Amino acid sequence: MTATTNGEWTRHDMARLAARDIHDGAYVNLGIGIPELVAQCVPAGQEVIFHTENGLLGVGPSPVPGSEDPELINAGKKPVTAISGAAYFHHADSFAMIRGGHLDVSVLGAMQVSATGDLANWSTGEPDAIPAVGGAMDLVAGVKRVVVLMEHTTKSGDPKIVARCSYPLTGIRVVDRIYTNLAVIDVTAEGLVARELAPGVTFENLQAKTGAPLIDGRDHRS
Amino acid sequence: MINKIGVSAAEAVADIGDGASVMIGGFGEAGSPIELIHALVDRGVRNLTVISNNTGSGRVGLAALIANGQVAKMICSYPRSANSLVFPELYRAGKIALELVPQGTLAERIRAGGAGIPAFYTATAVGTQLGEGKEVRSFAGRDYVMERGLRADFALVRADRADRYGNLAYTKTARNFGPIMCMAARTAIVQVRQVVEPGGIDPEAVVTPGIFVQRVVEVASPQQESLLVKEGRVYP
Repeated sequence: MTATTNGEWTRHDMARLAARDIHDGAYVNLGIGIPELVAQCVPAGQEVIFHTENGLLGVGPSPVPGSEDPELINAGKKPVTAISGAAYFHHADSFAMIRGGHLDVSVLGAMQVSATGDLANWSTGEPDAIPAVGGAMDLVAGVKRVVVLMEHTTKSGDPKIVARCSYPLTGIRVVDRIYTNLAVIDVTAEGLVARELAPGVTFENLQAKTGAPLIDGRDHRS
Repeated sequence: MINKIGVSAAEAVADIGDGASVMIGGFGEAGSPIELIHALVDRGVRNLTVISNNTGSGRVGLAALIANGQVAKMICSYPRSANSLVFPELYRAGKIALELVPQGTLAERIRAGGAGIPAFYTATAVGTQLGEGKEVRSFAGRDYVMERGLRADFALVRADRADRYGNLAYTKTARNFGPIMCMAARTAIVQVRQVVEPGGIDPEAVVTPGIFVQRVVEVASPQQESLLVKEGRVYP
Protein backbone atom coordinates (compact mmCIF):
# COMPACT_ATOMS: atom_id res chain seq x y z
CA MET A 1 0.00 0.00 0.00
CA THR A 2 1.48 3.32 -1.01
CA ALA A 3 1.23 6.22 1.36
CA THR A 4 2.08 9.88 1.45
CA THR A 5 5.40 10.86 3.02
CA ASN A 6 3.73 11.60 6.37
CA GLY A 7 2.70 7.95 6.57
CA GLU A 8 -1.03 8.62 6.04
CA TRP A 9 -3.11 7.10 3.30
CA THR A 10 -4.05 9.19 0.29
CA ARG A 11 -7.63 9.41 -0.96
CA HIS A 12 -6.68 6.94 -3.66
CA ASP A 13 -5.31 4.53 -1.03
CA MET A 14 -8.58 4.82 0.90
CA ALA A 15 -10.56 4.07 -2.25
CA ARG A 16 -8.32 1.09 -3.00
CA LEU A 17 -8.86 -0.31 0.49
CA ALA A 18 -12.63 0.07 0.12
CA ALA A 19 -12.57 -1.53 -3.34
CA ARG A 20 -10.52 -4.45 -2.01
CA ASP A 21 -13.32 -5.24 0.47
CA ILE A 22 -16.11 -5.29 -2.14
CA HIS A 23 -16.89 -8.83 -3.21
CA ASP A 24 -16.94 -10.08 -6.77
CA GLY A 25 -20.40 -9.67 -8.28
CA ALA A 26 -21.50 -6.94 -5.87
CA TYR A 27 -23.97 -4.20 -6.77
CA VAL A 28 -22.57 -0.96 -5.41
CA ASN A 29 -23.70 2.65 -5.09
CA LEU A 30 -20.98 5.30 -4.81
CA GLY A 31 -21.66 8.65 -3.18
CA ILE A 32 -20.36 11.96 -4.48
CA GLY A 33 -16.75 12.95 -3.70
CA ILE A 34 -14.02 10.58 -2.42
CA PRO A 35 -16.31 7.52 -2.86
CA GLU A 36 -16.33 8.10 -6.64
CA LEU A 37 -12.63 7.05 -6.70
CA VAL A 38 -13.62 3.49 -5.73
CA ALA A 39 -14.80 2.84 -9.30
CA GLN A 40 -11.20 3.18 -10.53
CA CYS A 41 -9.83 0.76 -7.95
CA VAL A 42 -11.72 -2.49 -8.53
CA PRO A 43 -9.10 -5.27 -8.49
CA ALA A 44 -8.44 -7.08 -11.78
CA GLY A 45 -10.59 -10.17 -12.17
CA GLN A 46 -13.40 -8.75 -10.02
CA GLU A 47 -16.70 -7.69 -11.56
CA VAL A 48 -18.62 -5.02 -9.70
CA ILE A 49 -21.78 -3.34 -11.03
CA PHE A 50 -22.16 0.33 -10.13
CA HIS A 51 -25.61 1.79 -9.55
CA THR A 52 -26.52 5.45 -9.74
CA GLU A 53 -29.80 6.47 -8.14
CA ASN A 54 -30.91 8.57 -11.09
CA GLY A 55 -31.66 5.40 -13.00
CA LEU A 56 -28.69 3.41 -14.27
CA LEU A 57 -27.25 0.04 -13.28
CA GLY A 58 -23.87 -0.48 -14.98
CA VAL A 59 -22.16 2.90 -14.74
CA GLY A 60 -19.02 2.89 -16.89
CA PRO A 61 -15.94 5.14 -16.95
CA SER A 62 -16.08 8.88 -17.57
CA PRO A 63 -16.69 9.74 -21.22
CA VAL A 64 -13.83 10.96 -23.37
CA PRO A 65 -13.97 14.76 -23.64
CA GLY A 66 -16.30 15.84 -26.42
CA SER A 67 -18.53 12.76 -26.19
CA GLU A 68 -20.47 13.75 -23.07
CA ASP A 69 -24.22 13.17 -23.23
CA PRO A 70 -26.38 15.48 -21.06
CA GLU A 71 -28.93 12.68 -20.81
CA LEU A 72 -26.39 10.20 -19.42
CA ILE A 73 -25.27 11.45 -16.00
CA ASN A 74 -24.66 10.20 -12.47
CA ALA A 75 -26.22 11.30 -9.18
CA GLY A 76 -23.67 14.10 -8.97
CA LYS A 77 -25.00 15.26 -12.37
CA LYS A 78 -21.65 14.54 -14.01
CA PRO A 79 -21.50 12.88 -17.44
CA VAL A 80 -20.84 9.14 -17.33
CA THR A 81 -21.00 6.19 -19.71
CA ALA A 82 -22.97 2.97 -19.51
CA ILE A 83 -21.30 -0.45 -19.75
CA SER A 84 -22.43 -3.03 -22.25
CA GLY A 85 -25.17 -4.83 -20.34
CA ALA A 86 -26.35 -1.73 -18.48
CA ALA A 87 -30.00 -1.05 -17.65
CA TYR A 88 -31.97 2.18 -17.34
CA PHE A 89 -35.02 2.54 -15.09
CA HIS A 90 -37.19 5.17 -13.47
CA HIS A 91 -36.69 6.67 -10.04
CA ALA A 92 -39.15 4.50 -8.11
CA ASP A 93 -37.49 1.34 -9.45
CA SER A 94 -34.08 2.78 -8.70
CA PHE A 95 -35.01 3.44 -5.09
CA ALA A 96 -36.74 0.06 -4.83
CA MET A 97 -33.26 -1.36 -5.49
CA ILE A 98 -31.92 0.80 -2.65
CA ARG A 99 -34.78 0.60 -0.14
CA GLY A 100 -35.67 -3.00 -0.92
CA GLY A 101 -32.22 -4.21 0.16
CA HIS A 102 -31.08 -5.30 -3.30
CA LEU A 103 -27.83 -3.31 -3.35
CA ASP A 104 -24.86 -4.87 -1.58
CA VAL A 105 -22.72 -1.87 -0.67
CA SER A 106 -23.21 1.88 -0.29
CA VAL A 107 -20.03 3.96 -0.13
CA LEU A 108 -20.64 7.42 1.33
CA GLY A 109 -18.81 10.50 2.47
CA ALA A 110 -19.51 11.84 5.96
CA MET A 111 -19.27 14.86 8.18
CA GLN A 112 -19.49 12.74 11.34
CA VAL A 113 -19.85 9.08 12.34
CA SER A 114 -20.71 8.16 15.93
CA ALA A 115 -19.34 5.32 18.04
CA THR A 116 -22.54 3.39 17.40
CA GLY A 117 -22.57 3.97 13.64
CA ASP A 118 -24.91 6.96 13.45
CA LEU A 119 -24.15 8.95 10.32
CA ALA A 120 -24.37 12.70 9.72
CA ASN A 121 -23.69 13.69 6.12
CA TRP A 122 -26.49 15.88 4.78
CA SER A 123 -26.74 19.11 6.76
CA THR A 124 -24.66 21.34 9.00
CA GLY A 125 -27.89 22.47 10.61
CA GLU A 126 -26.83 26.11 10.26
CA PRO A 127 -29.83 28.45 10.11
CA ASP A 128 -29.04 29.95 6.69
CA ALA A 129 -28.07 26.64 5.07
CA ILE A 130 -30.28 25.40 2.25
CA PRO A 131 -31.24 21.91 3.40
CA ALA A 132 -30.74 19.24 0.75
CA VAL A 133 -30.81 15.50 1.40
CA GLY A 134 -30.93 13.70 -1.95
CA GLY A 135 -30.80 9.92 -1.61
CA ALA A 136 -28.53 9.63 1.45
CA MET A 137 -31.25 8.67 3.94
CA ASP A 138 -32.60 6.02 1.56
CA LEU A 139 -29.16 4.50 0.98
CA VAL A 140 -28.34 4.12 4.67
CA ALA A 141 -31.80 2.74 5.46
CA GLY A 142 -31.85 0.15 2.70
CA VAL A 143 -28.45 -0.98 1.43
CA LYS A 144 -27.06 -4.15 3.02
CA ARG A 145 -23.64 -2.75 3.92
CA VAL A 146 -22.87 0.94 4.46
CA VAL A 147 -19.25 2.08 4.46
CA VAL A 148 -17.86 5.60 4.87
CA LEU A 149 -14.81 7.13 3.19
CA MET A 150 -13.65 10.35 4.82
CA GLU A 151 -10.74 12.30 6.24
CA HIS A 152 -10.18 11.29 9.86
CA THR A 153 -10.48 14.85 11.17
CA THR A 154 -11.92 18.17 10.00
CA LYS A 155 -9.70 20.79 8.37
CA SER A 156 -9.25 22.35 11.81
CA GLY A 157 -8.23 18.99 13.33
CA ASP A 158 -11.42 18.08 15.16
CA PRO A 159 -12.41 14.39 15.21
CA LYS A 160 -15.09 13.33 12.73
CA ILE A 161 -15.52 10.04 14.57
CA VAL A 162 -17.35 11.10 17.71
CA ALA A 163 -19.24 9.73 20.71
CA ARG A 164 -22.45 11.38 19.46
CA CYS A 165 -23.01 13.30 16.23
CA SER A 166 -23.62 17.02 16.70
CA TYR A 167 -24.85 17.49 13.12
CA PRO A 168 -28.35 16.38 12.01
CA LEU A 169 -28.48 12.62 11.46
CA THR A 170 -28.83 10.81 8.16
CA GLY A 171 -29.53 7.51 9.90
CA ILE A 172 -29.16 5.74 13.24
CA ARG A 173 -26.79 2.75 13.67
CA VAL A 174 -26.23 2.43 9.94
CA VAL A 175 -22.45 2.54 9.31
CA ASP A 176 -20.59 -0.78 9.17
CA ARG A 177 -17.02 0.32 8.36
CA ILE A 178 -15.06 3.58 8.13
CA TYR A 179 -12.04 4.17 5.88
CA THR A 180 -10.00 7.28 6.72
CA ASN A 181 -6.55 8.59 5.84
CA LEU A 182 -5.37 7.06 9.14
CA ALA A 183 -7.19 3.76 9.63
CA VAL A 184 -9.85 1.22 8.74
CA ILE A 185 -12.35 1.04 11.59
CA ASP A 186 -15.31 -1.29 12.09
CA VAL A 187 -18.46 -0.34 13.98
CA THR A 188 -19.29 -3.38 16.13
CA ALA A 189 -21.60 -4.22 19.02
CA GLU A 190 -18.54 -3.98 21.30
CA GLY A 191 -17.55 -0.57 19.97
CA LEU A 192 -15.22 0.89 17.34
CA VAL A 193 -12.53 -1.58 16.32
CA ALA A 194 -9.39 -0.38 14.49
CA ARG A 195 -8.56 -3.09 11.94
CA GLU A 196 -5.73 -1.49 9.98
CA LEU A 197 -3.55 1.56 10.46
CA ALA A 198 -1.78 3.63 7.83
CA PRO A 199 2.00 2.99 7.89
CA GLY A 200 2.95 6.10 9.84
CA VAL A 201 0.15 5.92 12.39
CA THR A 202 0.33 4.43 15.89
CA PHE A 203 -2.70 3.22 17.80
CA GLU A 204 -2.13 5.89 20.47
CA ASN A 205 -1.92 8.59 17.83
CA LEU A 206 -5.10 7.30 16.18
CA GLN A 207 -6.95 7.27 19.50
CA ALA A 208 -5.86 10.86 20.17
CA LYS A 209 -7.49 11.96 16.91
CA THR A 210 -10.69 10.00 17.50
CA GLY A 211 -13.57 11.30 19.61
CA ALA A 212 -14.66 7.89 20.92
CA PRO A 213 -12.85 4.89 22.47
CA LEU A 214 -11.16 2.50 20.02
CA ILE A 215 -10.45 -1.19 20.44
CA ASP A 216 -7.17 -2.41 18.94
CA GLY A 217 -8.40 -5.09 16.57
CA ARG A 218 -5.36 -5.32 14.32
CA ASP A 219 -4.41 -8.74 13.06
CA HIS A 220 -0.90 -8.97 14.53
CA ARG A 221 -0.20 -12.23 12.75
CA SER A 222 0.29 -10.44 9.43
CA MET B 1 -60.25 8.53 -32.60
CA ILE B 2 -57.77 8.99 -29.81
CA ASN B 3 -55.17 11.64 -30.55
CA LYS B 4 -53.23 13.14 -27.66
CA ILE B 5 -50.82 15.03 -29.89
CA GLY B 6 -51.27 18.78 -29.38
CA VAL B 7 -50.13 21.69 -31.45
CA SER B 8 -48.02 23.77 -29.10
CA ALA B 9 -46.57 23.94 -25.63
CA ALA B 10 -48.65 27.06 -24.94
CA GLU B 11 -51.87 25.24 -25.82
CA ALA B 12 -50.86 22.20 -23.74
CA VAL B 13 -50.47 24.22 -20.52
CA ALA B 14 -53.37 26.63 -21.17
CA ASP B 15 -55.59 25.26 -18.38
CA ILE B 16 -52.95 25.29 -15.61
CA GLY B 17 -54.33 27.91 -13.25
CA ASP B 18 -53.32 29.80 -10.11
CA GLY B 19 -52.75 27.52 -7.13
CA ALA B 20 -52.27 24.35 -9.18
CA SER B 21 -49.94 21.57 -8.08
CA VAL B 22 -47.48 20.64 -10.80
CA MET B 23 -45.01 17.77 -10.92
CA ILE B 24 -42.02 18.62 -13.10
CA GLY B 25 -39.80 15.80 -14.32
CA GLY B 26 -36.04 15.83 -14.59
CA PHE B 27 -32.91 15.20 -12.56
CA GLY B 28 -30.93 18.36 -13.08
CA GLU B 29 -31.32 19.12 -16.77
CA ALA B 30 -31.68 15.46 -17.78
CA GLY B 31 -35.36 15.00 -18.56
CA SER B 32 -36.33 18.56 -17.66
CA PRO B 33 -39.19 19.67 -19.97
CA ILE B 34 -37.77 23.12 -20.58
CA GLU B 35 -40.16 24.20 -23.36
CA LEU B 36 -43.23 23.23 -21.32
CA ILE B 37 -41.85 25.08 -18.28
CA HIS B 38 -41.22 28.18 -20.37
CA ALA B 39 -44.80 28.00 -21.65
CA LEU B 40 -45.92 27.99 -18.01
CA VAL B 41 -43.68 31.02 -17.32
CA ASP B 42 -45.42 32.75 -20.26
CA ARG B 43 -48.82 32.04 -18.70
CA GLY B 44 -47.76 33.86 -15.55
CA VAL B 45 -49.99 31.83 -13.22
CA ARG B 46 -49.02 32.10 -9.58
CA ASN B 47 -49.13 30.36 -6.23
CA LEU B 48 -48.07 27.03 -7.73
CA THR B 49 -46.90 24.05 -5.69
CA VAL B 50 -44.11 22.40 -7.66
CA ILE B 51 -42.93 18.85 -7.05
CA SER B 52 -39.53 18.26 -8.64
CA ASN B 53 -36.25 16.71 -7.49
CA ASN B 54 -34.26 19.94 -7.84
CA THR B 55 -34.94 23.66 -8.17
CA GLY B 56 -33.32 24.39 -11.52
CA SER B 57 -30.12 26.17 -12.43
CA GLY B 58 -29.27 29.61 -13.74
CA ARG B 59 -32.32 31.65 -14.74
CA VAL B 60 -33.95 29.36 -17.28
CA GLY B 61 -36.38 26.42 -17.03
CA LEU B 62 -37.59 25.64 -13.50
CA ALA B 63 -35.33 28.37 -12.06
CA ALA B 64 -37.08 30.92 -14.33
CA LEU B 65 -40.49 29.78 -13.08
CA ILE B 66 -39.30 30.26 -9.50
CA ALA B 67 -37.56 33.57 -10.26
CA ASN B 68 -40.79 34.84 -11.81
CA GLY B 69 -42.47 34.51 -8.42
CA GLN B 70 -44.90 31.85 -9.64
CA VAL B 71 -44.01 29.11 -7.15
CA ALA B 72 -45.29 29.34 -3.55
CA LYS B 73 -43.92 25.97 -2.44
CA MET B 74 -41.36 23.43 -3.62
CA ILE B 75 -41.50 19.76 -2.69
CA CYS B 76 -38.08 18.32 -3.52
CA SER B 77 -35.08 16.34 -2.30
CA TYR B 78 -32.15 18.50 -3.37
CA PRO B 79 -32.91 22.21 -3.75
CA ARG B 80 -29.32 23.36 -4.21
CA SER B 81 -26.72 22.52 -6.79
CA ALA B 82 -23.76 24.10 -8.53
CA ASN B 83 -25.74 26.65 -10.52
CA SER B 84 -28.88 27.05 -8.44
CA LEU B 85 -29.06 30.77 -7.67
CA VAL B 86 -32.72 31.61 -7.59
CA PHE B 87 -34.17 29.21 -5.05
CA PRO B 88 -31.57 29.83 -2.28
CA GLU B 89 -32.12 33.59 -2.58
CA LEU B 90 -35.93 33.38 -2.33
CA TYR B 91 -35.78 30.71 0.39
CA ARG B 92 -33.47 32.80 2.59
CA ALA B 93 -35.78 35.79 2.05
CA GLY B 94 -38.75 33.68 3.20
CA LYS B 95 -40.50 34.09 -0.14
CA ILE B 96 -40.85 30.39 -0.99
CA ALA B 97 -41.78 27.39 1.14
CA LEU B 98 -39.85 24.11 1.06
CA GLU B 99 -40.93 20.59 1.92
CA LEU B 100 -37.71 18.58 1.91
CA VAL B 101 -38.22 14.87 1.17
CA PRO B 102 -35.60 12.11 0.89
CA GLN B 103 -35.23 11.26 -2.78
CA GLY B 104 -36.43 7.67 -2.51
CA THR B 105 -39.37 8.72 -0.36
CA LEU B 106 -40.22 11.40 -2.94
CA ALA B 107 -40.16 8.83 -5.74
CA GLU B 108 -42.20 6.31 -3.75
CA ARG B 109 -44.74 8.96 -2.67
CA ILE B 110 -45.27 9.82 -6.33
CA ARG B 111 -45.46 6.17 -7.38
CA ALA B 112 -47.89 5.42 -4.54
CA GLY B 113 -50.03 8.42 -5.44
CA GLY B 114 -50.24 7.20 -9.00
CA ALA B 115 -51.13 3.70 -7.85
CA GLY B 116 -53.96 4.83 -5.55
CA ILE B 117 -52.05 4.15 -2.34
CA PRO B 118 -52.69 6.95 0.18
CA ALA B 119 -49.81 6.15 2.54
CA PHE B 120 -47.04 3.65 3.20
CA TYR B 121 -44.29 2.91 5.74
CA THR B 122 -40.58 3.27 5.10
CA ALA B 123 -37.38 2.95 7.15
CA THR B 124 -35.94 6.02 5.43
CA ALA B 125 -35.58 9.05 7.76
CA VAL B 126 -36.44 7.17 10.96
CA GLY B 127 -34.84 9.03 13.88
CA THR B 128 -33.88 12.06 11.75
CA GLN B 129 -35.22 15.59 11.39
CA LEU B 130 -37.08 14.53 8.26
CA GLY B 131 -38.90 11.82 10.20
CA GLU B 132 -40.00 14.17 13.00
CA GLY B 133 -43.74 14.46 13.54
CA LYS B 134 -44.50 11.45 11.38
CA GLU B 135 -46.35 8.40 12.64
CA VAL B 136 -43.92 5.58 13.53
CA ARG B 137 -44.86 1.90 13.49
CA SER B 138 -42.77 -1.14 14.19
CA PHE B 139 -42.87 -4.16 11.88
CA ALA B 140 -40.83 -7.27 12.76
CA GLY B 141 -38.83 -5.27 15.28
CA ARG B 142 -37.86 -2.38 13.01
CA ASP B 143 -39.27 1.15 13.08
CA TYR B 144 -40.79 2.78 10.00
CA VAL B 145 -42.30 6.22 9.38
CA MET B 146 -45.56 6.74 7.56
CA GLU B 147 -45.36 8.74 4.36
CA ARG B 148 -48.27 9.87 2.22
CA GLY B 149 -48.82 9.23 -1.46
CA LEU B 150 -48.48 12.31 -3.60
CA ARG B 151 -50.71 13.39 -6.47
CA ALA B 152 -50.79 16.55 -8.53
CA ASP B 153 -53.13 18.42 -10.84
CA PHE B 154 -50.58 18.37 -13.66
CA ALA B 155 -47.27 16.80 -14.63
CA LEU B 156 -44.81 18.31 -17.08
CA VAL B 157 -42.49 15.63 -18.41
CA ARG B 158 -39.97 15.16 -21.20
CA ALA B 159 -39.66 11.89 -23.10
CA ASP B 160 -37.98 10.88 -26.34
CA ARG B 161 -40.78 9.46 -28.48
CA ALA B 162 -44.56 9.18 -28.30
CA ASP B 163 -47.40 7.95 -30.48
CA ARG B 164 -50.90 9.42 -30.65
CA TYR B 165 -52.04 7.08 -27.85
CA GLY B 166 -49.49 8.69 -25.53
CA ASN B 167 -47.23 5.65 -25.27
CA LEU B 168 -43.75 6.87 -24.32
CA ALA B 169 -40.12 5.87 -24.61
CA TYR B 170 -37.35 7.80 -22.92
CA THR B 171 -33.61 8.38 -23.29
CA LYS B 172 -31.05 6.97 -20.84
CA THR B 173 -31.02 8.69 -17.44
CA ALA B 174 -33.44 11.36 -18.70
CA ARG B 175 -36.21 8.88 -17.78
CA ASN B 176 -35.85 9.46 -13.99
CA PHE B 177 -39.13 10.84 -12.57
CA GLY B 178 -41.08 10.95 -15.87
CA PRO B 179 -42.93 7.62 -15.73
CA ILE B 180 -44.11 7.97 -12.12
CA MET B 181 -45.11 11.61 -12.52
CA CYS B 182 -47.27 10.70 -15.52
CA MET B 183 -48.98 8.15 -13.26
CA ALA B 184 -49.54 10.55 -10.37
CA ALA B 185 -50.93 13.58 -12.20
CA ARG B 186 -54.53 14.09 -13.20
CA THR B 187 -53.26 15.63 -16.43
CA ALA B 188 -49.84 14.52 -17.66
CA ILE B 189 -48.36 16.77 -20.35
CA VAL B 190 -45.32 15.41 -22.17
CA GLN B 191 -42.91 17.01 -24.59
CA VAL B 192 -41.15 14.56 -26.90
CA ARG B 193 -38.41 14.82 -29.46
CA GLN B 194 -40.38 12.82 -31.98
CA VAL B 195 -43.95 11.71 -32.60
CA VAL B 196 -44.14 8.30 -34.23
CA GLU B 197 -46.97 6.25 -35.76
CA PRO B 198 -48.77 3.78 -33.48
CA GLY B 199 -46.54 0.72 -33.37
CA GLY B 200 -43.50 2.91 -33.93
CA ILE B 201 -42.49 2.14 -30.36
CA ASP B 202 -42.24 -1.64 -29.92
CA PRO B 203 -44.98 -2.53 -27.37
CA GLU B 204 -42.30 -4.47 -25.47
CA ALA B 205 -40.28 -1.26 -25.19
CA VAL B 206 -43.05 1.14 -24.16
CA VAL B 207 -41.99 2.57 -20.79
CA THR B 208 -45.05 4.67 -20.01
CA PRO B 209 -48.29 3.20 -21.37
CA GLY B 210 -50.52 5.85 -22.94
CA ILE B 211 -53.24 5.53 -20.30
CA PHE B 212 -51.04 7.65 -18.01
CA VAL B 213 -50.59 10.43 -20.57
CA GLN B 214 -53.15 13.07 -21.56
CA ARG B 215 -51.26 15.48 -23.85
CA VAL B 216 -48.18 15.26 -26.04
CA VAL B 217 -46.28 18.11 -27.70
CA GLU B 218 -43.49 17.55 -30.20
CA VAL B 219 -40.37 19.65 -29.62
CA ALA B 220 -37.92 18.29 -32.16
CA SER B 221 -34.89 20.22 -30.92
CA PRO B 222 -35.29 21.02 -27.22
CA GLN B 223 -33.01 23.63 -25.71
CA GLN B 224 -30.22 22.35 -23.51
CA GLU B 225 -30.44 23.92 -20.07
CA SER B 226 -26.72 23.75 -19.26
CA LEU B 227 -25.82 25.57 -22.49
CA LEU B 228 -28.34 28.33 -21.75
CA VAL B 229 -26.92 28.64 -18.23
CA LYS B 230 -23.37 28.80 -19.58
CA GLU B 231 -24.42 31.59 -21.94
CA GLY B 232 -26.00 33.44 -19.02
CA ARG B 233 -29.43 33.38 -20.63
CA VAL B 234 -32.47 34.58 -18.71
CA TYR B 235 -36.03 33.51 -19.50
CA PRO B 236 -38.22 35.24 -20.56
